[in-house]
Amino acid sequence: MDKMKVLAEWSYTPTKIDKGYTRKTLYVNVGEPRMEIRDVTQDMIDKFTGGRGFDLKLLWDAVKDTTKWNDPENEIVLSGGPLCGITQYPGTGKCYAAFISPLSGQTYDSNSGGYWGPLTKFSGFDAIEIQGKSEKEIIIFINGDDGKIQILESNQPDINAYTITENLHEYFATSEADKRSISVVSAGKGAETSYFGCMNMSFYDPRRKVTRLKQAGRGGGGSIMRDKKIAAMVVKYSKMTGNENNVVDLDTLQKVGVKLHKEIHDLDDSQCKMRKIGTAHLNEIMDEYHLLPVNNYKFGQNSAEIAKIHSSEYEKLFTQGLPDGCWYGCSMACAKAVDGFTIQTGPCKGEKVTVDGPEYETVASLGSNVGVFDPLWTIEANFYADHYGVDTISLGTTLAFVCECFELGLINKTDTNDLELRFGNKKDIMELIHRMAVGTDEFAAIVAKGIRYIKKAFAEKYNSDAKTMEAIGMEGQGVETSEYVPKESIAQWGGYYLTLKGPQHDEAWLIFMDMVNKQLPTYEDKAEALHYFPNFRTWFSLVGLCKLPWNDVEPANNRIVNPPKEAAKVPEHVQNYVDIFNAVTGKAIKKEDLVTMSEKVYNFQRVFQVRMKQGNAFHNIPLRALGPVFADEWDARKDYYDGKLKEIGVEPAGLSTEAKIQKLQEYRLGMWEGLKTAVYKRRGWNKKGIPTVETLKRLGIDYPEVVAVVEKYSKPEDVIA
Amino acid sequence: MITVNGDPLDWHPGMTVQDVLDAKSYTFRMIGVWVNDKPVPKGEFGTFVIPDSAVVQAIHMVSGG
Ligand code: SF4
Repeated sequence: MDKMKVLAEWSYTPTKIDKGYTRKTLYVNVGEPRMEIRDVTQDMIDKFTGGRGFDLKLLWDAVKDTTKWNDPENEIVLSGGPLCGITQYPGTGKCYAAFISPLSGQTYDSNSGGYWGPLTKFSGFDAIEIQGKSEKEIIIFINGDDGKIQILESNQPDINAYTITENLHEYFATSEADKRSISVVSAGKGAETSYFGCMNMSFYDPRRKVTRLKQAGRGGGGSIMRDKKIAAMVVKYSKMTGNENNVVDLDTLQKVGVKLHKEIHDLDDSQCKMRKIGTAHLNEIMDEYHLLPVNNYKFGQNSAEIAKIHSSEYEKLFTQGLPDGCWYGCSMACAKAVDGFTIQTGPCKGEKVTVDGPEYETVASLGSNVGVFDPLWTIEANFYADHYGVDTISLGTTLAFVCECFELGLINKTDTNDLELRFGNKKDIMELIHRMAVGTDEFAAIVAKGIRYIKKAFAEKYNSDAKTMEAIGMEGQGVETSEYVPKESIAQWGGYYLTLKGPQHDEAWLIFMDMVNKQLPTYEDKAEALHYFPNFRTWFSLVGLCKLPWNDVEPANNRIVNPPKEAAKVPEHVQNYVDIFNAVTGKAIKKEDLVTMSEKVYNFQRVFQVRMKQGNAFHNIPLRALGPVFADEWDARKDYYDGKLKEIGVEPAGLSTEAKIQKLQEYRLGMWEGLKTAVYKRRGWNKKGIPTVETLKRLGIDYPEVVAVVEKYSKPEDVIA
Repeated sequence: MITVNGDPLDWHPGMTVQDVLDAKSYTFRMIGVWVNDKPVPKGEFGTFVIPDSAVVQAIHMVSGG
């Protein structure tokens, strides 16, 4: 491969990590170009911890109140966190990215496995900020071995993820073994047209001899990369030892790690089978509990077809017996892959490839939700989504919405340029994915921008009915809903739509607790869960951890020694986190501190949203998320929904289905308001969902510029009594 | 009659925890069961006999995502 031209180059002395931190961040402006290494203050560590906390603090300082996603000052900020890169405990290689999202116009944070987070930290940086816009196609190269940062003119004719990642591992490695010292962040062609472009973060798989991709999929980070003309970012660090983080107490770290490794080894096969199927173990379970989205979340189940996408089908397709960890030391090893897969359509037709995933979310988004129950089609759609650099969840949820618009006659074949976009029409849905990736026509380019944009564009261009689209378009805050049917869990309405950034399941998944276990009977109980779980899970994002080893395996005695509500929190694992945090950093936190550490960042991010939305950071919920919208949805569970009406004192006999739907919707909209008030109150927010000054003070984040945002947009009448 | 997660369920003599899970179509693997506030080990689901009027909690643990 030809040598790439160096457009800018800087040398630096990599700072060694001490107790999990380098206390340095890297700033690169790709427009000017300019590089700076900045100090991390003690206050930044105390208030923001690291990872997503550092991302948001740096982003806050970098943008203006009016910054749009494609303004040069928007940044992609990437950070692992103090625990990122340890190898003794499973799930410690996560990198968190934050940016102003093209979908929502406010901050979004998204995480990925792969080696990028650890290797950039080992190269000397707790966080990396990328700002500015390049005129040329570039590749950013961080060489932690030699202490060099380069901006290179890209020589890559194909920027799609699998191709460019493979090429760049080859280009920057000096040997086969050296490929493991490299990680590439890429997007793809689709991220140029789309508002939901993803960032693929790589690692080299020495057994398969291929590069593997994990995704910071959600929110549109890949779209920003392409807007900045960044074809890829590459890091290289080859001097890794077993204690790069220079931890305080390696013994404890090892002991706690060994305990969890043993637990996974002994129990995973009888619990979640993560090592064999990854999160695809959920497919039939979600179907059984009416939670699997089918045909744009109309239904939660498809008994006739579920066998075709049963986890046992995926188990056969995933290569078994390989340790599929996405970072060293992760014995949960859920990063499953399909090897030797022959592509049937599009530019890679006929090629034999290794496809990463699919995980449960993709099985549903690029499967049941578009009416497809064919693992081979889903695997191909998954391949192309990653390759083109688009988020599988937003893509699938958007396609599901578009298919329903087509079925309802809101758009027709003239609008779609001859595509018959019916649920289950695999050929035409796949063709649309290819068209979206290159922005072939106006229709494909509209679809690539996500549901909120589509609703407006379809109404304007095709005269589609706005009210219907509002009811069935499954987005919140501009972001597409992830792949669980939330209709029957009030707490999950909050878990999805009272979140910081939109309906992603990484804040709180409360459906079982609420809908099945009935552990959250009152608004206050639900609000408490919507305080605890989002904050607890935020903590993973501050320190660089993967959530899965927390509760996708549990100690054998978890449900014997803990009462039901406590068991859901997996107390022994929570204690593990306290122990490993203290072992790395030398601090002495207690388990209660995890939530307080998170609350600081959670509330800071909420104020950030208020700032970027000029006070209008509203939480919206589509009617479809609250219950049935059309008669066929009601009739699919007629007895159940008639029973729901009776529970609220409405006699269904004699009412038309439309009238029943109307009654339930009205009631549930009232419940949504009740939930919202209870949650805002528990979180220390006002009626508009703005944290109060008292909340900021309690958490020690009452910085003048943060208080100023709150004071600017809060009114005395918004106080919740 | 017993209650399962707060909902009534017909009881019959000899009814086991597994019978309850089957009756409720609770197929999730990560499930914990408490009968009158006492935990039932997973290995005993098929043999543990539930008394009449029992309060059964069949708690689905959260996973995935
Ligand atoms: S549990 Fe899975 S996603 Fe998480 S770090 Fe391990 S392999 Fe990666």
